[in-house]
Amino acid sequence: MTMSQQPPSRRDARPPASRFSAMFRRTTPAAWLGFAIVVLYGLIALFAPLIAPYGEAQVVSSVPFAPWSQSFLFGTDQLGRDVFSRMIYAARNTIAISLAATVLTFAVGTTLGIVSAVAGGIVDMVISRIVDAVMALPQLIVILVLLSVVGSSVVSLIVIIGIADATNVFRLSRSVAMNVAVMDFVEDARVRGESLTWIVFHEVLPNILSTLVAEFGMRFCFVVLTISALSFLGLGIQPPTADWGSMVRENATLISYGDVTPLLPAAAIAVLAIGVNFVVDWFLHYASGLRDDQ
Amino acid sequence: MRLILKTILERMALAVLTLFIVSVLIFSSVALLPGDFAKAVLGQSATPETVAAFQKQVGLDRPASERYLVWLGGAVKGDFGNSFSSRPGAERSVVSIIKPRLWNTLILAGLTAAVAIPLAISLGIAAALWRNSWFDRSVNAGTLTTISVPEFFVAYVLILLLAVKFPVFRPLSTVRPQMGFAETLENLALPVITLTLVITAHMMRMTRAAIIGVLGSPYVEMARLKGAPPLRLVLRHALPNALAPIANVVAFNLAYLIVGTVIIEAVFVYPGIGQALVDAVRTRDVPVVQACALLFAVTYILLNLIADLVAIATNPRLLHPR
Amino acid sequence: MTNEDVLLSIADLKVEAETDDGWQPIVNGVSLTLRKGEVLGLIGESGAGKSTIGLAAMGFTRPGCRIAGGTVTFDGIDLLKLPPAQLRAMRGTRIAYVAQSAALSFNPAHRIMDQTIETAVLDMGVPRRQARQDALDLFRQLQLPDPERLAERYPHQVSGGQLQRAMTAMAMTCRPDLIVFDEPTTALDVTTQVEVLAAIRKAVQQHGTAAIYITHDLAVVSQMADRILVLRHGSEVEEAPTRQMLAAPREDYTKSLWSVRHLHKPAAPRDDVILDMRNVDAAYGKFKVLDDITLSVPRGRTLAVVGESGSGKSTLARVVSGLLRPEKGEVLFKGAALPPVVEKRSREQLRQIQLVYQSADTALNPRQRVGDLVGRRLELYFGMKGREKERRIGELLDQVELGAHHIGRFPAELSGGQKQRVSIARALAAKPDLMICDEITSALDQIIQGEILKLLMQLQRETGVSYLFITHDIATVRAIADEVVVMNRGKIVQQGPKDTVLSPPYPPYTGRLLDSVPEIDPDWLTRLLARRQGGEPDGSSPLPQG
Repeated sequence: MTMSQQPPSRRDARPPASRFSAMFRRTTPAAWLGFAIVVLYGLIALFAPLIAPYGEAQVVSSVPFAPWSQSFLFGTDQLGRDVFSRMIYAARNTIAISLAATVLTFAVGTTLGIVSAVAGGIVDMVISRIVDAVMALPQLIVILVLLSVVGSSVVSLIVIIGIADATNVFRLSRSVAMNVAVMDFVEDARVRGESLTWIVFHEVLPNILSTLVAEFGMRFCFVVLTISALSFLGLGIQPPTADWGSMVRENATLISYGDVTPLLPAAAIAVLAIGVNFVVDWFLHYASGLRDDQ
Repeated sequence: MRLILKTILERMALAVLTLFIVSVLIFSSVALLPGDFAKAVLGQSATPETVAAFQKQVGLDRPASERYLVWLGGAVKGDFGNSFSSRPGAERSVVSIIKPRLWNTLILAGLTAAVAIPLAISLGIAAALWRNSWFDRSVNAGTLTTISVPEFFVAYVLILLLAVKFPVFRPLSTVRPQMGFAETLENLALPVITLTLVITAHMMRMTRAAIIGVLGSPYVEMARLKGAPPLRLVLRHALPNALAPIANVVAFNLAYLIVGTVIIEAVFVYPGIGQALVDAVRTRDVPVVQACALLFAVTYILLNLIADLVAIATNPRLLHPR
Repeated sequence: MTNEDVLLSIADLKVEAETDDGWQPIVNGVSLTLRKGEVLGLIGESGAGKSTIGLAAMGFTRPGCRIAGGTVTFDGIDLLKLPPAQLRAMRGTRIAYVAQSAALSFNPAHRIMDQTIETAVLDMGVPRRQARQDALDLFRQLQLPDPERLAERYPHQVSGGQLQRAMTAMAMTCRPDLIVFDEPTTALDVTTQVEVLAAIRKAVQQHGTAAIYITHDLAVVSQMADRILVLRHGSEVEEAPTRQMLAAPREDYTKSLWSVRHLHKPAAPRDDVILDMRNVDAAYGKFKVLDDITLSVPRGRTLAVVGESGSGKSTLARVVSGLLRPEKGEVLFKGAALPPVVEKRSREQLRQIQLVYQSADTALNPRQRVGDLVGRRLELYFGMKGREKERRIGELLDQVELGAHHIGRFPAELSGGQKQRVSIARALAAKPDLMICDEITSALDQIIQGEILKLLMQLQRETGVSYLFITHDIATVRAIADEVVVMNRGKIVQQGPKDTVLSPPYPPYTGRLLDSVPEIDPDWLTRLLARRQGGEPDGSSPLPQG
């Protein structure tokens, strides 16, 4: 009796209707909060120009670092621009760039990972060695090195972060794809004469989709944090484009006066990251039948 | 014994090879230099003569492989060449920029590691033992929040609370060689606390998962059925098998530590390697960037090697082959 | 039965397990009593609740389970009401447990001796030296070779059968009143199983220990138990002293548990040959797995390849199906040479040879419905589409007695036997000439095994398909084969028509193999051991009827 293979999860087999109601019953308050946050941020990003009271780079006041008031909800920054409006535009910029980078990461990482797992042999060995070498450096260092060479523009940020993070996605997709690739039903596909493409799309992919979706959420969070950190260091999104990270840096002196304004953009990042984490947690626990202690 | 020796040597050789490949990667990033790089460093109004002199200085007129070997040879001896901020008559070697800051960063990272590692591991074990208790749940929620927020957020909150509202510590950290031990500690307190919080959060979660994994094994269940009390279960049955996963967790998170120092040094204006790296990236000072990157790489690879060796040393299948 | 004799009394035990739909009962009010020194056999198919009851006898439930009612009284003490510390004190010392897999239940980080005497030294205060001596004595009693060296070894350095006996010794170190044996020989080869059974029975009798012996194998339990309790879906079916139950079972379910062993197919002679293997060698890296294999599968008949783990029988299936390239030799299909790997074979060649796997859990893609699983080969080999394909899928599902209404279901909604029927149906969809069945009934419960075997026979009659049937179970060979090949360590030991192979005289390995198969006869083990002690060669006993 072979004990080496674990049969895949049973949960997904129930008919769709009862699955939805089961999911519904199991959604925790944390998950609802996460959904609310994600939807809110999404709306803000989409409709930024309609929501923000002032322009992104518009100088609205001759008073820099003005206190919170009715006309300027969170006061003004070091150049006299409205902090509230800039935060809204920052949402759009950060989310757009992070989404683009994450999509790139996934396109590259999952393709390479699944092909590596299914094809095996030399292909797998070569790609894995290259990825291992790149991963021998902490990710931020890789990004910094590349940034020092090509400079920080929107395109370079998306491409560099996208490629750097693809190594993690590669490892994960390769690992889950391999778990599926050793299953008898994949071998059965090979024995009956299916092509590699068919095996990847029809046999392997449907079984790893839920893991990949969860990972997309996690990677998105990570990219948001990375971009914010880079902007905070002055190496990310360049002014005058609004970005939460650089806004923190620009207004940091206020901290020494006990003013929490610089914390607001940082809190905005934090809330988004927490919200996405909650949604991913919900997805992992209830929608896909995976548990965090396995 | 021979099998273990062979495995250890294999891992060390692999580490050296990886380091070699990484050095090539770091170096070859210079090959991406776009055409107007010189202008970006020297300024838009640089004259063609200055640009040519710069290019000669950087060595862009020589083939890549020759440049690489020169660089590597120098690196091994501890000479990374001159910084791009050098000007004729005011040479600044990379080493002179980095050396003092290296020590500072080591102090910061070392202190943090000394506090964070025992704290995280004990919290992780405790959370795993009292799984799903209020203790476990609250610690989980706390750490999830901490790892979700940017490090500078944590840093500024702590500054706000502990340096501004309640002046316990200083908001900025300077370290001078003449400082006494106590004064150094006082200056470093906030950065160390911030870093500790972030690292501990990551490490604790992973330790918890590793222990839960081991606690779920059949041989731990067997020990329960033999009537072993909880303490013996953990110490005698679970822990010896958890050492390897925990070593991996620690190594992985010490990498986080390396990266974390970059941000924290920026927030607290702390003169360490992280700051040097960031400044160098901003001014496109490639030799300094390469040297810092190489240093980080060496540390990272070394940490992973140690974790690997711990895993080997605690694996009975390797210690006592069939 | 007097009250002083009763050691363990379980009354109306109810156990529930946590599932997606809340707490579901897995044991429904089971009661049993056990006297001192008595062995009770708990028998049933998977999911019957035997392990759960065995663990409950120690007051233990696995995570995700809870005891919902009833009492467990051990020597007058209600275990379920005992404070945790006292319950722990009783485990290992008065009640001990022997798990199914010794390889997984020993801690890989400690030596065998240290783990064996742990409870005695730490919980009962036995001096270390005395405990070591006692443990070595127990190893000797359990017929472990070279006990001193074995004790200093780590678990991964020792074979499965020896570990199982070491675990039994570990259970006995504190001389418990009761030992719960949870399927201790299920994972072992038949030939190893005999030694372990003999050792356990001897040790239990010698120390007068009471035991609960859990298994799904009726033949095994008849050797070990004084009384048998039959379980099904968490409820009692029947209970009686062993000889009485074997001679005259009351319930239909009990009777059906034996039916597999009575299946017998009269062997038919061969016409011509559909598959021919000549001097085939195969290896995994440097490790040679098949050595000079020459055999042939007759058309429209069943060739059974029987052997234990490591015999190479599964590798044989992989070579024929093109998953492993042979190092030497050739394989001829319908007279023509077969390309050694799948990638070089034509679609027609692939269609004509179909492989069915042992475990349908991993052989069926969980994200595809039954209709897709069965229908893919119709698309691939015959280009069928739409209504024509649907109709044919329905026919196939009817042919395997599954019913067309399952067409929209996912594998997880089906039982083990139903999933295997789907596997067979999809192989049939290709209209193959040869079906390779790689232990396809080994993972199923005994009653379902019988049904699947009958189905396979019917399909052979209807379609004339040939079977290359890989198995480790002699009863299955008797039930289904026309010709038999016996394999040991990569070599063919014996081959020929079934009746010839399964009758004396036997080459040594075949003799040992056949002798090791337990019979549903309480005296079988005793007789076998007596014969071996008397120096008689294996295979000299007459085979039972049926």
